[in-house]
Amino acid sequence: MRIALPLAVVFALVVPALADDAANTTDPLPPKEVAFPFQGPFGTYDREQLQRGFQVYKEVCSACHSLNRIAYHDLDGIGFDAAQIKALAAAAKIPAEPNDKGETYDSDGQRLTRPGIPADTLPAPFANEKAARANNNGALPPDLSVIVKAREGGAAYVYSILSGFGQKPPPGFHVLANKYYNPYFAGRNISMPPPLTEGAVTYSDGTTASVDQEAKDVVTFLSWASEPKMEERKRMGFEVILFLLALAGLLYLSYRRVWRDMH
Amino acid sequence: MSGNSTYEPKNGLSRWLDARLPIMRLAHDTMSTFPTPRNLNVWYTFGGILTFCLGVQIVTGIVLAMHYTPTAAAAFDSVENIRREVNYGWLLNFIHSNGASMFFLAVYLHMFRGLYYGSSKAPREVLWILGVIIYVVMVATAFLGYVLPWGQMSFWAATVITNLFTSLDQIIPHLGGAHDPGLGTTITQWLWGGFAVGDPTLNRFFSLHYLLPFVIAGLVVLHIWALHVPGNNNPLGIDVKGPQDTVPFHPYYTVKDGFYLCLFVILFAFLVFFAPDFVGNPDNYTTANPLVTPPHIVPEWYLLPFYAMLRSIPQKLVGVLVLFGAIATLLFVPWLDTSRVRSMRFRPMMKQFFWIFVADCILLGYLGSQEPQAVWHLGGVDMPLLWPARIGTLYYFAFFWVIMPVIGLIETPRPRPDSIAASVLGNAQAAE
Repeated sequence: MRIALPLAVVFALVVPALADDAANTTDPLPPKEVAFPFQGPFGTYDREQLQRGFQVYKEVCSACHSLNRIAYHDLDGIGFDAAQIKALAAAAKIPAEPNDKGETYDSDGQRLTRPGIPADTLPAPFANEKAARANNNGALPPDLSVIVKAREGGAAYVYSILSGFGQKPPPGFHVLANKYYNPYFAGRNISMPPPLTEGAVTYSDGTTASVDQEAKDVVTFLSWASEPKMEERKRMGFEVILFLLALAGLLYLSYRRVWRDMH
Repeated sequence: MSGNSTYEPKNGLSRWLDARLPIMRLAHDTMSTFPTPRNLNVWYTFGGILTFCLGVQIVTGIVLAMHYTPTAAAAFDSVENIRREVNYGWLLNFIHSNGASMFFLAVYLHMFRGLYYGSSKAPREVLWILGVIIYVVMVATAFLGYVLPWGQMSFWAATVITNLFTSLDQIIPHLGGAHDPGLGTTITQWLWGGFAVGDPTLNRFFSLHYLLPFVIAGLVVLHIWALHVPGNNNPLGIDVKGPQDTVPFHPYYTVKDGFYLCLFVILFAFLVFFAPDFVGNPDNYTTANPLVTPPHIVPEWYLLPFYAMLRSIPQKLVGVLVLFGAIATLLFVPWLDTSRVRSMRFRPMMKQFFWIFVADCILLGYLGSQEPQAVWHLGGVDMPLLWPARIGTLYYFAFFWVIMPVIGLIETPRPRPDSIAASVLGNAQAAE
């Protein structure tokens, strides 16, 4: 240990020194420090916020981003009842299966559609990747089903991107053609135009639709979408760990009793 | 120690069975009455914990395989489907993925314990070597399993690791004619089943990932067999001298192992239920895309030290040899340790080098997780992380091939107690 201790001290001194990386204008800023009520071991979703977030996704994000892994019936997880889900699905135009003549396009070359049912997944805005790129200056808007889990920084990162537009680039920073400055994005040039604006949606519950509020709401919804079983997971976790603690206590008492004469 | 069976069949049926297949006798002698040193500490509970881990991985894995589709087009979706649609699929998935980490956590503690108490030394060399083989198969199984979700990190881990074999082209650049690929490329394409990581690769990785855990289970049987011939080593590293030094495995160690297993499972449950993505990489939530290389490819934490070693060597073939050499070195430990004393408790010099070795492994793990061009700022001087990685690699090998044999010869060990009983009970009682 006589050698190990000084060695540990050296590590302790060196490792914090890693933090002060020289600032580079193309390196992304760390995500904003923001806490969401669904985080932490006790965190659950606010159903009203989930529904507001769904509204933002539906009215804003879904113009470019798919949400392939969410079916209408999954929306019972954000507090919609069966009738609401049925109505939401019925309002959607789902690309139809081949009709009796085997056609999927009408005589004008338009894609045949049918009203959705709860088992349908939310329809994607573009038919395929090429169509998506053609409509977005060559960029591909990612599917948002697991976006919160698929990005380093999770919910805070997605929130920072959504609320991080409109800042002045540092002097000398070159914003590329068809790109927007967003300091939280790798390279800081992002293809997505600022998606959220003041009053972009009208909340029926009277919440003021500021950019910050919209961003928080939609991030909450997308966090739910990335793991709809999160609340069930945490609930079961408490039961399991309480059980295990009790079991550990009994095992400890048994252990002491069995060994009491052996020490 | 084996051979003195105390099993007595209690009724006609068990007598009948005992005369034909003495399986109850085997279970009784190995799991119940087996004489075990009475001074085993907490670090000796990981054998049981590892058996538990293997069982958990096999059971959850079998059920996951019922819902998994091993094709490049459908694998990622089928895993998401397990998390969302399969009853308790999210639970199985998180237990299995975090189970791998818990398995490696336990195996590393088990290996460090073996090293510290000299458990590899005569007469337990075969026991140790079987353990090293189990570890190698575990690494292979974990790697194959990591590829299956077919996320970005799965795909690129498979690409990086299989490409290691192309370094063998430096030995035989052309296999056959001048236009034929070299030895390494040939092996790599044979592993892939094509000219890139793709569908055939995923399919065979799935098949092998299902096979290898049962190979591990077989090796574990041999490992336990090899344990039960000389019996357990113990923290004092001295031999058992008689019945006063031992207790029957049951109930003494079943209850002790059970208690510590329960603590281990609490940590396991905490990861599964409250931080299921803690050890994972966010990039693996993006579908594999052969056209987009992630900016920072890293293996899972339990392979990071070896990754740091690989990256610290500029010459590819040498790097690969160092990587495999680091694991192969472990096979020679029983003979590299020249000390006549097993336990480092009585080896004041070796003990210090051991703890530096532990710190070295942690340092290498940290370095492996950093970007390859990362730099440490020491005052006004910039030091590329390459250099600590090289020093760490050097120490890893020096520890086994230089320090271990030399210290064993020059060190004066501290006096050891006369017997386990004497140490546990104090000398007066043991003298009876």
